[in-house]
Amino acid sequence: MSDVVERTLTALPSLLSLDSQSGSTRLSSTSKLGSLIRGITELTSKHDEEKLIHRELASIKEQVSSPNTSMRQMKELMVRAIYCEMLGYEASFSYIHAIKLAQQGTALEKRVGYLAVSLFLNESHELLLLLVNTVLKDLQSTNLIEVCMALTVVSQMFPKDMIPAILPLVEEKLNHPKEIIRRKAVLALYKFYLIAPNQVQHIHNKFRKALCDKDPGVMTASLHIYLQMIQENPEGYKDLTGSFVTILKQVVGGKLPMDFNYHSVPAPWLQIQLLRILAFLGKNDQSTSEIMYEVLDESLRRAEMNHNITYAILYECVKCIYTIHPKSELLEKAAKCIGNFVLSPKINLKYLGLKALTYVVQQDPKLALQHQMTIIECLDHPDLIIKRETLELLFRITNAQNVTVIVEKMLEFLRVNKDDYTTIDLVGKVAELAEKYAPDNEWFIETMSTVFSVGGDMMQPDIPNSFLKLLSEGFDSVEEDRKLRLFAVDSYVSLLQGQPGKLPQRFLQVISWVLGEYSYLREELEAATVLRLLDKLLDMKSTSSETKSWILMAMTKLSEGGAGVSVAKEVSETYSSSLDTVLRQRAQELQHLSQDCELRARVLPRDAGLEPLEVDSSLSFLDGFVSEALAAGAAPYKPPHQRQEELAQAKALSLEPYGLSLPISMSSCSIADRQSPTLLSVSSGLSGDSTDLSHKGGSKTLKLDGVKRVWGREGYLAQREPLEESAHVEVPSPLQSPSQQGEADSSHSQTPTPIPTPQPEQEKQQLASSLFVGLGSQSSVCLMGKSEPTPQRFRRKAKGPVLSSGSSEQITNSLVSTPSTVNNLLCDNLLDSNITSELAVSPLEQTSQLSQGPTVANGACDVELTDSDMRESSPSLIRDNGVAGADQGPHEDPDGPKDLCLSTYLPAELSGLCHSEITPLCSNQSLDLSACHVQEEESLALVIFIYNSSDSDIQQILLELDSDELEVSCVCDSPVQEARSHSVAVCQYSLTVKRPSVHVEVVGTVTYQFPVGTPQSVQFSYKLPLTSFIRPLTVSTEEYGTMWLDFSHDTKQKLTLISDGQEPLADTLNVLKKKLKLHVVEIIGMEGIVACRLLKDQPCLMHCRLHAGTLSVWLRSPVPDLPDCLMYHCQRALQEH
Amino acid sequence: MIRFLLLFSRQGKLRLQKWFTPIPEREKKKIIRDMTTMVLSRLPRSCNFLHWKDLKVIYKRYASLYFCLAIENQENELIALEVIHRYVELLDKYFGNVCELDIIFNFEKAYFILDEFLIGGEIQETSKQMVNRSIEASDMLQETMEEYMSKPAF
Repeated sequence: MSDVVERTLTALPSLLSLDSQSGSTRLSSTSKLGSLIRGITELTSKHDEEKLIHRELASIKEQVSSPNTSMRQMKELMVRAIYCEMLGYEASFSYIHAIKLAQQGTALEKRVGYLAVSLFLNESHELLLLLVNTVLKDLQSTNLIEVCMALTVVSQMFPKDMIPAILPLVEEKLNHPKEIIRRKAVLALYKFYLIAPNQVQHIHNKFRKALCDKDPGVMTASLHIYLQMIQENPEGYKDLTGSFVTILKQVVGGKLPMDFNYHSVPAPWLQIQLLRILAFLGKNDQSTSEIMYEVLDESLRRAEMNHNITYAILYECVKCIYTIHPKSELLEKAAKCIGNFVLSPKINLKYLGLKALTYVVQQDPKLALQHQMTIIECLDHPDLIIKRETLELLFRITNAQNVTVIVEKMLEFLRVNKDDYTTIDLVGKVAELAEKYAPDNEWFIETMSTVFSVGGDMMQPDIPNSFLKLLSEGFDSVEEDRKLRLFAVDSYVSLLQGQPGKLPQRFLQVISWVLGEYSYLREELEAATVLRLLDKLLDMKSTSSETKSWILMAMTKLSEGGAGVSVAKEVSETYSSSLDTVLRQRAQELQHLSQDCELRARVLPRDAGLEPLEVDSSLSFLDGFVSEALAAGAAPYKPPHQRQEELAQAKALSLEPYGLSLPISMSSCSIADRQSPTLLSVSSGLSGDSTDLSHKGGSKTLKLDGVKRVWGREGYLAQREPLEESAHVEVPSPLQSPSQQGEADSSHSQTPTPIPTPQPEQEKQQLASSLFVGLGSQSSVCLMGKSEPTPQRFRRKAKGPVLSSGSSEQITNSLVSTPSTVNNLLCDNLLDSNITSELAVSPLEQTSQLSQGPTVANGACDVELTDSDMRESSPSLIRDNGVAGADQGPHEDPDGPKDLCLSTYLPAELSGLCHSEITPLCSNQSLDLSACHVQEEESLALVIFIYNSSDSDIQQILLELDSDELEVSCVCDSPVQEARSHSVAVCQYSLTVKRPSVHVEVVGTVTYQFPVGTPQSVQFSYKLPLTSFIRPLTVSTEEYGTMWLDFSHDTKQKLTLISDGQEPLADTLNVLKKKLKLHVVEIIGMEGIVACRLLKDQPCLMHCRLHAGTLSVWLRSPVPDLPDCLMYHCQRALQEH
Repeated sequence: MIRFLLLFSRQGKLRLQKWFTPIPEREKKKIIRDMTTMVLSRLPRSCNFLHWKDLKVIYKRYASLYFCLAIENQENELIALEVIHRYVELLDKYFGNVCELDIIFNFEKAYFILDEFLIGGEIQETSKQMVNRSIEASDMLQETMEEYMSKPAF
């Protein structure tokens, strides 16, 4: 063995710096690394290797710590340490020496030092702080190579907090004469942008300079930043579209230097980067998309060589074409391209073809139809990855007609698949499809049973939860519900009679809940039988204690009659001494309730439906107890983190600015103070031990959505008077139906059947026809996430505030007819109009009705009469003239309604408040959408104006809004249904922040229909800064002090000071106050404290201190991300000043 | 963005690892184990793409060495395959007919080349000449330091 290595080594070219012949021999014989590697190759067992490496590490350790080791030797030692780490052995003792080497070595040694640092440490490692000085020094070095090394390490890893220290130096490098330095500087800034976007906020214009750099390499580097920024905020960079298109045109046209070619394709990486940027820019934006059509066409045309790299470009091109505003010519070409991918004999291309199909199939289902035979082939492909991708495609084209075949294929795959992640994903998809398109009860229950058994305990917990919810909530028909539940009971009983030991815990939990709840539906099934089956589950070793508590709960519901009571007694005796408190609790309940029928009927009513339970989230029923305890001298409750902080303060010197006020406020702590900022959301499930039976909901589901849990587990009250929190409480039932057993068994115990590989062509055709049914061009296609022409079998009952306009007509009408003497005249008017125009209320009038609604209700109409009357009466006059509302605007001005006109449509209660500029959202030939937001005291209203610019009335306007960061709720009387020709309809929404972000965005869809024609939809998005949600928070300095300590999220930064006046601090704070609506609590000498809140009640506190001509600002809030976002806006506000 | 790059032999021995995002040690070990088993168990004539959690894994075999690249979900698989290829080309250009042994014994050089090619998970320089020029520039230092070189290391 060693012989072979020896020979190969001598044959090695002179790679290391050592010169030719002697070099290679020296490498093999004397180089320590060489001998180490050789030594390892000779070993046969893992154990020997371990011994050798440990010996090696020991010797390295000894040498690195010896003061006599030269930097040169150190370099060699580091390489060996890196090697040992790569083999998986820790060499943490060498980390500090790596930093030392980077610091003290000459260029070559430095390079190895930096390399070792970048391999050993990651950006959160504390030792990295020691590197900051070295980097600083090297950035200022006159040696280019040292600067390069420093920039390289900076863009790989750098502690976030230390960025400000080196940022000016890196920025400076953007102007360096050498392009390699400029390029690396841009990449370092890209890295900073990723880890701390607000730190590089002020140099956005320098990015533009980099984009225009004469060196293509620097320009390419800047595209990384642009891709990132455009992805986050495409609106902000629309003006650059032209430049990107020009660059792409030049690249495609071969204008770049030859050495950017890769296999004679000009700068493919650059092309792909640009295509992705264009896709983001052109999405949902027709005018921007139009700029890029030509260059996309050119790219498609040029990329004709048969090489992977051209296919990569084509794939990106196709994706871009299908993302931006569609153009039929391009779509056709792109479709042809996809065809080439799918039909290619190369497996990699086939895979990408499937991916592309999956991506476009929602827009173009016919394409899937074209390639159906290829898809069928891929479905039976021996490569599981290809198969998986095909299933993904099928998932997108599932409809009510092909669901059974597709789900069967998916389950088939699941049975052979070994990768957990894929299983979890696919199981979720099957459950989704089953719920959406189930053809009948039997199929649904059986499919879900397979999902539960295959998905096991890894699947998403919301699958069983939503399944149970579906069962318990029921659908529109009582009889159907009964049948479904009955079938579930039957099939589960037979499962339990089989071999329940193999079933996953989650499935057992579902089974026990269903049996507890619904087994009474099967009359011939005795409760005792079910109890025995459940009892058998309890005795199984594999059953987890969580499952056991589900089972006990089910037994509690079932323990009725003589036999039941005896089983219950036995079981409860066994478990009442269990070590698990939850189990003990359940056993106690079982014992008591099985003996007291009346109590049980009250606590666990059968078929109780789903009336929401009232939960007293403030725990006010404990107030008496708390005040008694406080009166008796008990200490007020402190949240855990506050206690910790106090503890920490007791030990160390206080560095907190407001530590002093703490003790005072604590003594005055009242009950209200219990609303601590640690808002743990209540987790559903069987948590919390309960003794308070009166709170138990029986089979009802506790409505805990949005309920804040005030007490953590550590809260002292929780130990004395715990709160009942069980979300699902189970009950009993009896049933036996052997007839179903065979059926149910077959759905579970199917052994993984290998797919027969060569199927006769005929069979494939058959499969194809069953898979692609309903995808024909004439029938409308049901695709995920699109409108649903076929009725869903399991449609959820509508719950909560519905965004769409369901019963808006009635609401408006009833509001209008509210008797009010003051508004009589107006009401009559409006009612008239309702009658004359039948139900087609002009949107204008609707607006006025809307604005009137709250006024009437408030009884304050007389105050606002003058103002609102004026506005409201004028449109009705126009209506009387027989002209549709707002005719003065659109007829004279074909561009659409002007801002000025639109603002008159603002609902009356908002008209007095200042509103943002009315911005156009989107428009097509028939609709113009604009929006503005209005800041009210306690809320933020979003007003959307829908202007119908066509000549016919539009009906059934449905506006749906959604946002990642915001909670959008419709101000309930505003849904619009119709917009008459050339008139404006107005919708009003109220927004609150779910998750703070620098800018928040609402995306929406308007679907509408002309009297004649098919439904159409328009998408739009509306962006607004977080500052719109900021309101002043009036607190006293003492209150501020207490709050400050309670908040766990914070950020610190230095901001520029406004220093043109006498008092820089006061001036600066005033600017912030004016621009961001902050409340200045107090200014004490060089320090100032400021408070604000994010709607509704999320406070954020700011502490500022003047320090060496800058303002160090410290923000704290209970809400994650809020301090960061606010810091960004403060920075902006001060810069703009 | 590229998340990590692994080079390992047919026997599953790791030859080079580069992580572009911070990952805890324990997790790294698990990933290396998963990757080697997943990639080595692939049948011939399968595609070069795999799924691992929410990442896409692109691998390619060159002689006895597997190159394995993990990218984020929205990235382009084919271009990732070319990233691997370009890296191999660069190694080849530097070492001259590169083989696994070159990388074993000069892994630090392989890292230097990688650092000039990819940075922070993005392509830094796609021009082959440029990468080599900057590597050579650093190597030049070595040649000018004759005195340095004449001294034996140990």
